[in-house]
Amino acid sequence: MSPRGGGGRDSTRDGTRGGPEAREARDGHDVHDARKVRAAGTNGGDRARTLERLLATKEIVVSCGSGGVGKTTMAAALAAMAATHLGGKVLVLTVDPARRLANALGLERFGNTEVVVPPEAFAAGGVEPRGALWAAMLDTKQSWDDLVRRHAPDARTRDAILSNALYENISGRFVQSHDYIAMERLFEIHSSGTYDLIVVDTPPTRNAIDFLEAPERMGEFFSSRLLRWLTAPAKSRVLTVTSKPFYRVADSILGSQFLGDIAEFFSLFQTMAPGFVERSGAVKRLLTDRRTTFLVVSTLEAAPAREAEFFVRELDARGLHLGAVILNKVLPTYLRRTNLTPVARALCRDAAALAADPSVHGGDEPDQVARVLQEVGESFLNYQVVAKRESEQRDELAQIPDVVATAPYLEADVHDLAGLLRLGEQVWR
Amino acid sequence: MRPTTTGASASALSADPPLAARVPLDLLDRRLLFVTGKGGVGKTTVASGLALLAARQGRRTLVCQSDAKGDLADAYEVSGLEFAPREVQPHLFAMAMDTESSLREYLRLQLKLPLVAKVGPLARAFDFIANAAPGVKEVLTVGKYVWEVRERHYDLVVVDAVASGHIVGQLAAPQAINQLVQVGVVRNQTSWMLDILSDPAQTGVVVVASPEEMPVNESLELAARIRDETTVDLAAVVVNRVLPELFGRGEEEVFVRLRRPERVVALSGAVGGDVGPVLDAAELAVTLRRTGAGHLATLRAGLPPALAMLYLPYLFSRAVGLRATHRIAEALAEELGR
Ligand SMILES: Nc1ncnc2c1ncn2[C@@H]1O[C@H](COP(=O)(O)OP(=O)(O)OP(=O)(O)O)[C@@H](O)[C@H]1O
Ligand SMILES: Nc1ncnc2c1ncn2[C@@H]1O[C@H](COP(=O)(O)OP(=O)(O)O)[C@@H](O)[C@H]1O
Ligand SMILES: [Mg+2]
Ligand SMILES: [Mg+2]
Repeated sequence: MSPRGGGGRDSTRDGTRGGPEAREARDGHDVHDARKVRAAGTNGGDRARTLERLLATKEIVVSCGSGGVGKTTMAAALAAMAATHLGGKVLVLTVDPARRLANALGLERFGNTEVVVPPEAFAAGGVEPRGALWAAMLDTKQSWDDLVRRHAPDARTRDAILSNALYENISGRFVQSHDYIAMERLFEIHSSGTYDLIVVDTPPTRNAIDFLEAPERMGEFFSSRLLRWLTAPAKSRVLTVTSKPFYRVADSILGSQFLGDIAEFFSLFQTMAPGFVERSGAVKRLLTDRRTTFLVVSTLEAAPAREAEFFVRELDARGLHLGAVILNKVLPTYLRRTNLTPVARALCRDAAALAADPSVHGGDEPDQVARVLQEVGESFLNYQVVAKRESEQRDELAQIPDVVATAPYLEADVHDLAGLLRLGEQVWR
Repeated sequence: MRPTTTGASASALSADPPLAARVPLDLLDRRLLFVTGKGGVGKTTVASGLALLAARQGRRTLVCQSDAKGDLADAYEVSGLEFAPREVQPHLFAMAMDTESSLREYLRLQLKLPLVAKVGPLARAFDFIANAAPGVKEVLTVGKYVWEVRERHYDLVVVDAVASGHIVGQLAAPQAINQLVQVGVVRNQTSWMLDILSDPAQTGVVVVASPEEMPVNESLELAARIRDETTVDLAAVVVNRVLPELFGRGEEEVFVRLRRPERVVALSGAVGGDVGPVLDAAELAVTLRRTGAGHLATLRAGLPPALAMLYLPYLFSRAVGLRATHRIAEALAEELGR
């Protein structure tokens, strides 16, 4: 990390970032091992790494996982923790925060502007942060417009694209544009050098790896032969239109006018190709950079856990750095205790007899007490089934990385910074 | 534990549900149902249950999977589904959507083009256009479903559809194409598609939600968008994963008193083990149920009063496979009053 942005964090850093050891390390694994060795020396265990240390040594942290597991919440909680304990200027770039969470971060309206979370919000939580927390939301449409403005060769082309009827429709859909935009924005903000740490939330993708591939696909899209054909001058296409079955079919299905509209739009778009191709390469390099790490967030339900495992494998295959697996919304451990099973069974089986005992019913209607005991016992057995299944799931997921952090299922929704910090505390050390 | 799928407990979830919400539905009498909702809420679970229920009642039913996840096959415990429908249960046929096959079928049936041999590169090129050009892929997908309805191959077509983020684009595609494409076969196709899609007696959307904050918000947004941006009728909202209510009237106070230290000691002595954590678990269950009920009240209040809502219980035991699908079908039957 460069000393840009706020100071104050360097004392917390272990120097890995710029040190010769890191420079030698070609990929995340080497860095891992180097750290492990050192950590083992100081802490006497090989699982000494924590999210605190991870965030202290990275510049970009990407929070990913399947929908609803808590990516957005966790990204915000960790950013708040980093601003509080590590100092410096920390940005959380969120994609789709719940209204409450947006309010907690002071994000009143959508838009790409970064806002500082007021110190009063920390004060209300009884915390004096060492650094500053900033937050921004991702506005896909606006980001696309910005991109066009940046890459268009001239004002005329720019306006022609922005006012094209197909533009909105197309920019919103092709090559996972939402995913691309998220990564593109990240690149933009990172190269501005304003922040010491950026914690990035990721969009709910159908396929969790889509956003990893987005920069590459964007590059491929712009250099594809088909795009070149489509955008070739209409005249040189005439011949082929009549000679190749595809053009004949496309023409009869879509009509030449529609094809013409599409072609016109893409020839405008094509003028931006060099900028896009170069840029998507840079975005990709940033993601594989050792200053970047990925957190895989998951609950212990079957489907998200399956997706998390898949994601971990994909990160590995792409040489991306898996920083931690965060298990969120985990049920309390007492539910798994097997010695409670006979107790719960007894409550169901002997409810009436138990409720008849005066020291148990304590003056309440014994019938009612019996029903309550029965419900309590049954409910426990139900939740125990879930907790046991989750614990198996956990054993599988916990095999993978160095850092596995667990956050409990919170009974109260997070609606302020204090709540975020409480959640963050659970996974920090 | 009290059943949660009865009208009584459903009504306990929201302050005052309008009468219409509890009237049995004509849901399965429609011809085409799109089951959608936020990722992971239970679209596949509900779609597979609805289709199984319809088939069990003797309707010739087609159920279609829109993504490549293979969850629908798991729901019926069959191996991978293909574009060509296969009977997976009596009267129940299942298929997997794929736009390339849909295009091929379309070309063969509509354009009478015997292109099957050359379709490889053609499809790749087409795929490119379809990705870039708005609405084309969507029309190929929706078109296939509507076509099955038009040809009366089935009594009911249930689509395990794409998630909230994509369904509106798909359902609105025929109109979009109509506006963008002036001539060509696609345009000719869209008018009969629109006729079927826009007819509430034939077509409906089923939005699946769960009693959690984000799914509720997303369902409300989706309901509004379906109304504003498509011509398709919102037929019902299915609330999946509803936790059971532990205590009836007055029982919660009894439970609170039961937690007094001296009574916990007495109870522990009587059962021969520590009941403390078991009581803690019950309190957790009550809290979770109450939080969910709050979100459900928000959902109910935000939807049109006459819109039907169906409630499906959270399944504590493994919620996959044919057995689970049968359980969901039964819960749906109960909710539909059938
Ligand atoms: N009523 C229920 N009780 C308990 N678990 C459930 C219930 N309904 C669904 N599940 C579980 O939730 C997970 C997601 O369900 P399902 O696959 O049906 O959702 P989906 O909306 O189709 O997801 P996707 O968006 O990934 O297609 C599955 O593991 C399923 O077993
Ligand atoms: N540990 C937790 N306990 C309880 N609820 C949580 C927890 N973490 C997140 N949530 C809730 O889960 C929902 C989804 O969280 P969100 O962060 O938006 O997930 P994602 O970004 O992965 O879709 C939100 O309502 C959030 O408040
Ligand atoms: Mg999110
Ligand atoms: Mg599904």
